[in-house]
Amino acid sequence: MATAVENLDTRVHYLNANYGIKSWLLTTDHKRIAILYLASITLFFVVGGIAAVLIRLHLIEPNGAIFEPGTYNKLFSMHGIIMVFFFMIPSIPAVFGNFLVPMMIGARDLAFPKLNLLSWYVFILGGVLTLYAVIGGGVDTGWTFYTPLSTTYVNTNVLSAALGVFVAGFSSILTGLNFVVTIHKMRAPGMTWFRMPLFLWAMYATSLIQILGTPVVAITLVLVAVERLFHVGIFDPAVGGDPILFQHLFWFYSHPAVYIMILPSMGVVSELIACFAKKRIFGYSFVAFSSVAIAVVSFLVWGHHMFVSGQSIYAGIIFSALSFLVAIPSAIKVFNWTATLYKGSISFQAPMLYALGFIGLFTMGGLTGLFLATLAVDTHVHDTYFVVGHFHYIMVGGAVMGYLGAIHFWWPKITGRLYPDGWARLAAAIIFIGFNLTFFPQYMLGYLGMPRRYAIYPPKFQVLNVMSSAGASILAVGYAIPLVYLIWSMRYGPVAGPNPWGAKGLEWETPSPPPTENFEQTPVVTEEAYAYGAKEVEVG
Amino acid sequence: MWQGFSIRPDQASTIAQGVDYLYYFLTAIDLFFTAVIFLTIFYFALRYRRRSEQDQPKQIEGNIPLEIAWTLIPLGLVVVVFLWGTSLFIRNSRPPAASTEIFVVGKQWMWKLQHPEGVEEINELHVPVNQPIKLTMTSEDVIHDFSVPAFRVKKDVVPGMYTSLWFQATKTGRFDLYCDQYCGTNHSLMKGEVIVMEPTEYEQWLSGGIRGGTMAQSGAKLYDQLACITCHGTGKGPPLTGIYGKPVKLSDGSTVVADDVYLRESVLYPSAKIVEGYRPIMPTYKGQVTEEQLLQLIAYIKSLNPQEGKAAK
Amino acid sequence: MADSHAASALAHQFEDLDQQHDAASLGMWIFLATEVMFFGGLFAGYTIYRNLYLPGFEAGSHMLNVTIGALNTAVLICSSLTMALAVRAAQMGKRNTLVAFLILTIVLGLAFILVKLTFEWRHDYVEGLAPGLNFTKAKSMELFFCFYFLMTGVHALHMVVGVGVLGVLLVQAWKGRFGPDRYNAVETAGLYWHFVDIIWIFLFPLLYLIGGRY
Repeated sequence: MATAVENLDTRVHYLNANYGIKSWLLTTDHKRIAILYLASITLFFVVGGIAAVLIRLHLIEPNGAIFEPGTYNKLFSMHGIIMVFFFMIPSIPAVFGNFLVPMMIGARDLAFPKLNLLSWYVFILGGVLTLYAVIGGGVDTGWTFYTPLSTTYVNTNVLSAALGVFVAGFSSILTGLNFVVTIHKMRAPGMTWFRMPLFLWAMYATSLIQILGTPVVAITLVLVAVERLFHVGIFDPAVGGDPILFQHLFWFYSHPAVYIMILPSMGVVSELIACFAKKRIFGYSFVAFSSVAIAVVSFLVWGHHMFVSGQSIYAGIIFSALSFLVAIPSAIKVFNWTATLYKGSISFQAPMLYALGFIGLFTMGGLTGLFLATLAVDTHVHDTYFVVGHFHYIMVGGAVMGYLGAIHFWWPKITGRLYPDGWARLAAAIIFIGFNLTFFPQYMLGYLGMPRRYAIYPPKFQVLNVMSSAGASILAVGYAIPLVYLIWSMRYGPVAGPNPWGAKGLEWETPSPPPTENFEQTPVVTEEAYAYGAKEVEVG
Repeated sequence: MWQGFSIRPDQASTIAQGVDYLYYFLTAIDLFFTAVIFLTIFYFALRYRRRSEQDQPKQIEGNIPLEIAWTLIPLGLVVVVFLWGTSLFIRNSRPPAASTEIFVVGKQWMWKLQHPEGVEEINELHVPVNQPIKLTMTSEDVIHDFSVPAFRVKKDVVPGMYTSLWFQATKTGRFDLYCDQYCGTNHSLMKGEVIVMEPTEYEQWLSGGIRGGTMAQSGAKLYDQLACITCHGTGKGPPLTGIYGKPVKLSDGSTVVADDVYLRESVLYPSAKIVEGYRPIMPTYKGQVTEEQLLQLIAYIKSLNPQEGKAAK
Repeated sequence: MADSHAASALAHQFEDLDQQHDAASLGMWIFLATEVMFFGGLFAGYTIYRNLYLPGFEAGSHMLNVTIGALNTAVLICSSLTMALAVRAAQMGKRNTLVAFLILTIVLGLAFILVKLTFEWRHDYVEGLAPGLNFTKAKSMELFFCFYFLMTGVHALHMVVGVGVLGVLLVQAWKGRFGPDRYNAVETAGLYWHFVDIIWIFLFPLLYLIGGRY
């Protein structure tokens, strides 16, 4: 542990190894590519977030405070498309996966560095196409593009939005492909599968889904585009096509996609809990296998989005049963994280606050998934604000908290600087409060029957909508604060040193920021993951 | 702003309370486990907070019995919820045999409802209380969804096919009807009401509104106008008396039941299925009949069954 | 091998040539898995609609030219052979053989695409079989032809990409770039080429041979 304060300008590391825009735009260094993704994803988060703010402001009034229904429909569509495809899905894999996967296994880079750079350019191309759709008049099909609405009945920018998502999907595939090959083939000597940090197990499981699921939504969007362009009838009942086939194909990817969004955060939480309790994760192999189990079972449950679609009740019954099953590995993880705290040595810096917040909110939100898996209850709450509350609890209360936790945990490693922890903890608290106030009322709205995607709603729902909007304003403040102090810290933050948290893991055994090649020499791994504290004690 | 505020929707159908009990059970599970996790974390965080940077906590690998317990207990719980929810769902999917059938056509951005007695409504559905009602629904354009939260029922309304739901209202009053599948610009305006009346009032309302005859009578008129009898009454096409709900043998050897879907398809896409022994000469009536008219034709054909009391007059 | 030729063949992130080779192979196999899922969506749609509209699918299939389809199938199978021989030549460092077989594979691939374009698609268009453009036949066949053009079209796109990749490899082979320590690119391109061939081997019976008229 270095006590002398290091001058970050004299040592050569990945940030100052080369200068100039070309050295960034043509880099193949996984760490620089992670930063490129970080910048672009933050931009998309802001765009999607502005849409969210506008939506919540509009919904203060039952007759709609600001927009015509047509414009409102475009707002929620763009919010969904940008947040799902350009923020949530890339977020942790493209930023922290890219930065950390090679470091955590003791490699110099990913297996295919040039493919990695290509994935970023593909992502940007997809983003540009989608932003064109926004600026050029918007899309109003919802992020779900249901047919025949999207193929025949709207004349908004469906083609460019679908094309944007199609292209961005390849970014996701390339990232997943890179991670799987890297983890299989490039682990340092002594780094067996079961010595890997759980973050890598989570990234591996996520990559499986990215690889196998994304191509299906790609071809589905191609079919929608073909039908729009050539007026052929793949999903058009007039020619014998089946609009419900679209739903099957779409959800076959889009359900596993939500696990692309949550599994990485779960991996982050494992790292944070272990470090800030100074303990090996309780039930390591159970958590590892649960990640893979979630990825596998996630492909079998898509029909729970279609219980009232007109599909047979037998299909509904099977999908319901499988959907309950997929909840079990997630429950196992939550219990194991909680048990890790037992007899630990727990400290409460910002990353830990985010991790603990994740566990609580994910538990509540995940359990609302049981409501939706229950056939008789889903009939009542399907396509209502209950669903909106459910997925925001998981994605915002869960995944985004995990993302913020990751940012706060690895920021010193990435930048070499510390940020002011007091402000970080304040922001975390504001986010937690604002989040719950925004989304808890939505469960109640849904149960009362308020449908989702409504620009205008009956006045009896106003109280809960106003509460939700008030919460959203608090949440927005909470998100803005880290932007300020993190950017501030890049210049003025104290130098972090290699391991400010006292964490275990290969990434902490190299300087902050790391040299371009990550390690002076390829590390040789001799201990288990999370080798904190005293000797190992087997209990029970 | 507080006008009409409540935290629980009306329970206005036979299934509403059952659904609510399951909902409360799930809420209890959710809150219970959230509280357990939250309180445990809170307790551990306090009890095991870091006292010094030199702390060396005892490392615990895991505990197999605990893993088994917290796998099996949730598994048991979800099995209970699954069985409960599924049995409710199956019961809520099967309309009683004595249901009155009412027909719904959704289109951007309104609901058109047809009573078999011939009354047509827009965005309002009058029904008698304490009687099972089956709705048979289709869309003229995009996918909509017919949702009545007070009854706890909901079903997508899909173009090109018939979907159905049933309910039995348990109290009179006016209950919100929403379109619950995003369907374009005025999706949020596609609102209506289900108006539940005492049986005598309902009969009065019904008789006050009939113009032009029952659905079956309207269907009979259409049958004449479209000259269906030219083939179906002369042997060139299969006879339609008594075929509704019965099996039909097709030219490729297979058998189908002559239900609503088959009849609709036969009018719009006659070459899709050819009855054995007949030539594929029926022209299509696509573009010449609306979805409501198709439902009227089907009602007429249904009335030709000997058992059905309401033969066309 | 520690000489400069071998050193330049090893990318900096790998420890040795074996690891590099294994990674390249695994990477291509995973990519092929994504391609299976991509085509899988089309196959799923095809299966469902064929099940619902068998007579229409049969009628549509009978309008395709089995002889040309079979000929194209033979062309592709031969191209897989020449591709495999090219990979072998690269592994053995036989530059001239490699160049020859790459050229042959490209020619066969181009032949497939040309036959498809001129003798099949153009003919289908003239016959009024192109949905959305000028479809004039019975409605029941329209879905079949949607899938026919989609599946063979997506396949042909993959062939074009494959031919392009082989073209790039040809230039590099000509320059003598490949040898026993440096043939991953040829081998992984070969995997891709075989995959595109296998997709066609599924497409041919599913599209051309419905309804047993042979």
